[in-house]
Amino acid sequence: MFELLGIPPQALFGQLLLGLINGSFYALLSLGLAVIFGLLNIINFSHGAQYMMGAFVAWMLLTYTGINYWWALLIVPIVVGATGIVIERVMISRLYHLDHLYGLLLTFGLALIIQGLFRNQYGVSGLPYSIPAELSGGTNLGFMFLPNYRGWVIIASVVVCFATWFAIEKTRLGAYLRAATENPTLVGAFGINVPRMITLTYGFGVALAALAGVLAAPIYSVNPNMGADLIIVVFAVVVIGGMGSILGAILTGFGLGIVEGLTRVVYPEGSAVVIFVIMAIVLLVKPAGLFGRTQ
Amino acid sequence: MTTQSESGYRSEAAALPIGTPRHHLVIFTGLLVLLLLAPSVLYPVFLMKVLCFALFASALNLLLGFGGLLSFGHAAFFGSSSYVAAHAAKVWGFNPEFAILLGVAASAVLGLVIGALAIRRQGIYFAMVTLAFAQMVFFFALQAPFTGGEDGIQAVPRGKLFGFIDLAADRTLYFVVLAIVFGALLLIYRIIHSPFGQVLKAIRDNEPRSISLGYKVNRYKLAVFVMSATFAGLAGATKAVVFQLASLTDVYWTMSGEVVLMTLLGGMGTVFGPLVGAAVIVTMQNYFAGFGAWVTVLQGVIFVVSVLLFREGIVGVLARWLKKPL
Repeated sequence: MFELLGIPPQALFGQLLLGLINGSFYALLSLGLAVIFGLLNIINFSHGAQYMMGAFVAWMLLTYTGINYWWALLIVPIVVGATGIVIERVMISRLYHLDHLYGLLLTFGLALIIQGLFRNQYGVSGLPYSIPAELSGGTNLGFMFLPNYRGWVIIASVVVCFATWFAIEKTRLGAYLRAATENPTLVGAFGINVPRMITLTYGFGVALAALAGVLAAPIYSVNPNMGADLIIVVFAVVVIGGMGSILGAILTGFGLGIVEGLTRVVYPEGSAVVIFVIMAIVLLVKPAGLFGRTQ
Repeated sequence: MTTQSESGYRSEAAALPIGTPRHHLVIFTGLLVLLLLAPSVLYPVFLMKVLCFALFASALNLLLGFGGLLSFGHAAFFGSSSYVAAHAAKVWGFNPEFAILLGVAASAVLGLVIGALAIRRQGIYFAMVTLAFAQMVFFFALQAPFTGGEDGIQAVPRGKLFGFIDLAADRTLYFVVLAIVFGALLLIYRIIHSPFGQVLKAIRDNEPRSISLGYKVNRYKLAVFVMSATFAGLAGATKAVVFQLASLTDVYWTMSGEVVLMTLLGGMGTVFGPLVGAAVIVTMQNYFAGFGAWVTVLQGVIFVVSVLLFREGIVGVLARWLKKPL
């Protein structure tokens, strides 16, 4: 059937897999953006830089201290998330009474600083991070060959996305969070420490970005610019999905990854811009985004 | 949700009266005299770079400071115009004035398309949409056959203005660039102080109220977006002639960030802020050119400091001290 279309199934499934991998990162990053936006009402422009930091801290742990991938998965989000908490306390928290655009400008500046510092220290050529031994090799699925690590990334990001969705939509803490998104003053009046919740939310969003960075380290080479272009695509993903819904952010992320992969099979030249084209169409047809609420 | 109506980011200096205050005339005249004398002291190419970026930042300021719309994708207009002008001058052998005009026309059309889509969202979404479209333009410039990919379009001939004024000498070109940029700045000034500009400010300050007064808000937004894109294109095309180069740098998101930084540092919503911001940033880039990524770090620091402590910008602070809109 595929041969009829002139597309060998190997190429199709290969690109689909690649699309799913990219989609995993789109989903993780847009999820973090949506969580932060929900409570802080700012777009975290440094999200890409924090994703890059995640990959770099994992690389540093392995290179300088010999701490392996599995520990990095745990330690890196905590470390990078902690830097996020400091940033929120020291800088972002001063901007809540101002126009939201200032948050965008501030985090853009932070992204420039972080990227510049890493570029000075490590150059732009990229550093290798080897796949952990447990996940090297691959599995033959009959119709295609699946590298184990790539399968792991997809499963891990689905699990993390689902856990985040569950925590926000189904737990008591998540209920507080959603309530504070709707009406922070009222939630504060009930005796919940809203500023602390905001700080922790930012830290959590940043930790998600860092976790995505650790997952990405063995796939892409670890380099200071790895987050810069990615974050712009993720912005488009967020515009397409609308940031009103957590599940929406996740589905849009994976969906667009797959669409991008399929485009690479049919029309390779268009794969870099297909997400932006979809964004234009969505803006025309449903400006609030697929899962967004009308303003 | 976020609308421009809540925008707290305009400075008091933005509340300009109709008509031309006398001190504005004085400043414009002084500026012109200074710029006419400048090439005998400073390197003309450096000055032309400052002028081009001053125009670019003023174009952004028209949209951001007076329209209340933050575009994070203005490099798309700057860069595409730069490519078109370079291509027209080099491959088609256009005179510089037609090459620049063609570039400007291209950026105006691009501004119409991107603007019509982007104004459908507001606030930070607007910023993200413009950034995403600019990235699309970047990918196009990276892959399209006529842009020269990573190399860009190099060795663009400066040509002869109107067919007889040879622009090969930096000094001659400087006065042409000065005329273009100064004329454009006056035009922007005129737009800001026209009835159109007053409506823009009303929309920026309170969009729902402007709608209730019967203004077709989206038309005004689109109009100012196209104007801003056009002026950005003029800056880009002029830059292509000056440096005889159109490259991917012109169309990359870092360029969009730089021009936002210039406007922010100089003072959003002020007339002269973008000129000061552009002068400071271009000077800084020149001095720190040998320090690699430290320029990026420094720009980031200026961003952070400006946002946290210095939101009015240099000219905004001056205006507050002098108690006069600048």
